[in-house]
Amino acid sequence: MKPKKLWASLLAAGVFVLGSSFSAQAADLSGKTVEWVIPFSETGGSAKWANFFAPLLGEALPGNPAIVVRFMPGAGSTKGANWFQEQSDGDGTLIFGSSGSTQFPYLLGDPRVRYEYKDWTPVMASGTGGVAYLNAEAGAKFDGSANNLKDMTFIYGNQGATRLDLVPALAWEMLGMNVEHVMGIKGRGDGRKMFESGEATIDYQTSSGYLSGSATMVESGKAVPMMTWGSLDESGNIVRDPTFPDLPSFKEVCEKTDGCETSGEAWDAWKAFFVAGFPSQKLAFLPKGTSQEIIDMYVKAFESIKARPDFASISSKRIGKYPMFTGEGAQTALANAITVPDPAKKFVTGWLKDEFGVELK
Amino acid sequence: MELFLDALPALGSAFSQILQPVVLAYLFIGVVMGLCVGVFPGLGGIAGLSLLLPFMFGMEPILGLALMIGMVAVVPTSDTFASVLMGIPGSSASQATVLDGFPMAKQGMAARALSAAFASSLFGGLVGALFLTLFILVARPIVLLFKSPELLMVSIFGLSMVGILAGRIALKGVVAAGLGLLIGTIGEGPFNGELRMSSYDLPYLTDGLKLVIVGLGIFAVPEIVALLRKDKAISDKPNLGSGWIHGIKDWWANKWLSARCSIIGVIVGVIPGLGGSVVDWIAYGHSVQSAKDKSKFGTGDVRGVIGPESSNNAKEGGGLVPTLLFGIPGSGSMAIFIGALALLGNGIDVGPSLLENNLDFTYSIVWLLALANVVATVLCICLSTPISKLTNIRFVLLAPFIFMVISFAAFQSGQDLMDLVALFAIGFLGIMMRRFDWSRPAFLIGFVLSNPVENYSNNATQIAGVKFRQGMEAGLSYVLSPIVLVLLVITVLSIVIGLRQAKNIMAEGEVPSGGKRAPLLFLLAVFAFIGFALYDAAGIPDYAAVDRVFPMFVATVSIVSALVLLIQMMLAPETDTIFADRETDEEAKENTFGLWSTLAWFAALLALTSLVGFVIALAIFLFSFLRVRAGITAMGAVIYSAAGIAFMCFMAWSLKRDFPAGLLQGAVDLPWPLT
Repeated sequence: MKPKKLWASLLAAGVFVLGSSFSAQAADLSGKTVEWVIPFSETGGSAKWANFFAPLLGEALPGNPAIVVRFMPGAGSTKGANWFQEQSDGDGTLIFGSSGSTQFPYLLGDPRVRYEYKDWTPVMASGTGGVAYLNAEAGAKFDGSANNLKDMTFIYGNQGATRLDLVPALAWEMLGMNVEHVMGIKGRGDGRKMFESGEATIDYQTSSGYLSGSATMVESGKAVPMMTWGSLDESGNIVRDPTFPDLPSFKEVCEKTDGCETSGEAWDAWKAFFVAGFPSQKLAFLPKGTSQEIIDMYVKAFESIKARPDFASISSKRIGKYPMFTGEGAQTALANAITVPDPAKKFVTGWLKDEFGVELK
Repeated sequence: MELFLDALPALGSAFSQILQPVVLAYLFIGVVMGLCVGVFPGLGGIAGLSLLLPFMFGMEPILGLALMIGMVAVVPTSDTFASVLMGIPGSSASQATVLDGFPMAKQGMAARALSAAFASSLFGGLVGALFLTLFILVARPIVLLFKSPELLMVSIFGLSMVGILAGRIALKGVVAAGLGLLIGTIGEGPFNGELRMSSYDLPYLTDGLKLVIVGLGIFAVPEIVALLRKDKAISDKPNLGSGWIHGIKDWWANKWLSARCSIIGVIVGVIPGLGGSVVDWIAYGHSVQSAKDKSKFGTGDVRGVIGPESSNNAKEGGGLVPTLLFGIPGSGSMAIFIGALALLGNGIDVGPSLLENNLDFTYSIVWLLALANVVATVLCICLSTPISKLTNIRFVLLAPFIFMVISFAAFQSGQDLMDLVALFAIGFLGIMMRRFDWSRPAFLIGFVLSNPVENYSNNATQIAGVKFRQGMEAGLSYVLSPIVLVLLVITVLSIVIGLRQAKNIMAEGEVPSGGKRAPLLFLLAVFAFIGFALYDAAGIPDYAAVDRVFPMFVATVSIVSALVLLIQMMLAPETDTIFADRETDEEAKENTFGLWSTLAWFAALLALTSLVGFVIALAIFLFSFLRVRAGITAMGAVIYSAAGIAFMCFMAWSLKRDFPAGLLQGAVDLPWPLT
């Protein structure tokens, strides 16, 4: 369905049911319905993210259109992204939300990817962080470096080699840790349960998952936080995660660990996938060929959401205390998310093949 | 004890919150909305909850909660309508209800079956809530005892229900289950993402087939086609009174069975990872095993309705434990429920901290669920007498509309025209399995458990490997925990008892035999598919060996069983039960229409959809079907078709869904709903 058709169809739907008609003006969406397409099911983090922003966006856009979140799951989000690639001449009634799981196949050259990020216009980006933690036994040996952990065997519940779990997996590999990946875990909640029941001995959660689920294990001494993935500062350097200022970042742990380098192709690869997966995890796009007027309208709307006096308080509960980028900030976030130097890409595909037998052809 | 005393104030505060009139009003609205969606097979809770999501933001938490829970709670109750009246499993919670509920409806006892089912649902829901109130306080350490080996054993125990549902020829049941397991492996392997029986050129299959499609295809399509060929009403006898009091008496007479199945429901629901989709089969198996006179099961024994229905509402309560305590959703609707909780924005997030900080909130959820069950049951019992009149209508007038709804429901799972193709293909398999008396329940159990069995066995093997390297003792205590051993004993007993009894249980009524050729051809086709699966799995390269093991193993077992069946067929005379074929019996003589001409109607709808899109195709299909097949006047056909299309459009509009598009839509821009 093309957006023009979509618009026509939504108009028809409106007429069909409400029996009312309405007129449209340029850069005013009054009476219109905006579809926000999420290439995942109703149950994931992206759904939470879009459902959080949708009512705020409806309030902020001129004409207060109704924002409808539509879910189009399939093939690990490549189905929805491929569909969005086909959409053109957006009139502002269609936006698309991508996530780290959409970015990773694109970066890895997955054969199912038929979409091109460079065709789309990002209008908003927001991120998250991640925390890795150890069980009590390993935690006692952890001294800010992984040197004492190298002779242990860890078990980790992994959602899939090419998913977001690639970031922790590669980090532990670079630290020289011996981690057995148990595959096919349905979600990080299941991973945490495996850790809690003692089957897994190392785990990672995104910031919100850590705060709501794992922090109590840390309090009771069952788990010891190891490191965060960090956060990006203005000039693109990795610094401590502002949500967890007391925890070292992976960069710090790597620097202290023998044999772990914070430069070179492994590091570049890890950083590239970290940036695509965490600080620029979720992006909102307008389709290719959208006019500047409409882009500006959306950028302004997201800026006004960001400027709401209550934004910090309502967003921290729902999506975590991470910066939200609009306009040029979102452009930079996208550029960070999709630029991976070729050697780094090659390194990761080679490593996936050696470590997990995953071949992307 | 102290623990429970501490919980009392929380319980009191929960009750004072939920017993406010405004909360009850929202609960009632939720139930009514859920009922409107839930009576249509396959749509169920996910569609309903997503309908509510946009309104959740900023709502008073307890009111939003009441609305959502009302909606979730009604689904396992209202889906019974489709299961009993039409033989269509309304949702995964009431697959087993079909086995005895539908035969009862055919005998004019629809209202009795429904009210027995609803009474059981209500009882199960209340038992579940009561059990949970105490259990939730101590649940956490118990749930943590279920690691991969325990979860694997539970899955295998579920699979052992195949034994009792296998039908007269046990090997046929084994092959049917194998077929289900193999079809469940289609798509990306869970470990390396190697493709199994699919290719990137056909992206649809890489995601695997969805339960909605397989469930509707294997049960609904064959029943619709079989009923259509007779050109009669569903019930071949006039309704035996209103029947609903009779149904409640039936439930009372079997109250202990109902209680046992409720407990089974809560316990299986509590175990994370299985999603409770086998709970109704386990309860059905238990009903059969514990009954003295088993001869009527499958042909309309009310106990076959009471068992599964008692368990499926109790399961919803049990499913709250992994959802609320661990943040692991037990089902699709529970997953949305978690998301919606976050939308309420009161800072309450599911997970380990919920019990410690918000016990009253947790109790509110448990008892709102119980209360919603009461409201839902009362409403459903009131509706059961009028709705059961549907069974007296000439089926040919109902069929096109039922087919329309299940096509729409199937399309919601992937929003792809291929959803309809898959529905049709699985439906065809279902028709053949029904005809030759291959156990469809066994097939479905195999399909449902395919992913859990594969995942848990991989995980358990891998972790056990690490533990054994640490030491023999660590390995053994991991693999052979007390729970595993107990489950092992139960499973073995269940298989032995099941196989001994299976011959008496006609899960799908009696089927006569006659003629060798057709049953043999079907077996050969099954044989060919299994052979293909084996060949395909063997082609997975060594570096991805983990994705190969499970399909290889299942295909090998299935192919050996199929081979033995083949030999048996060659040796047996053509009157042997092994050659069961419905086309040779009395029932077949009543058929006014042939199988292929009936199927052709649905194939035509599919073909037309691919050309002109669903809505236009549906209009043509409804009109010509009603005019030609049902023989009603042109005017009547126009009115019926228009009503059907208007209804479909209203559903799609209110759920914000599209219809399948065809070639026409690719070429020309059309306004909604023709897109």
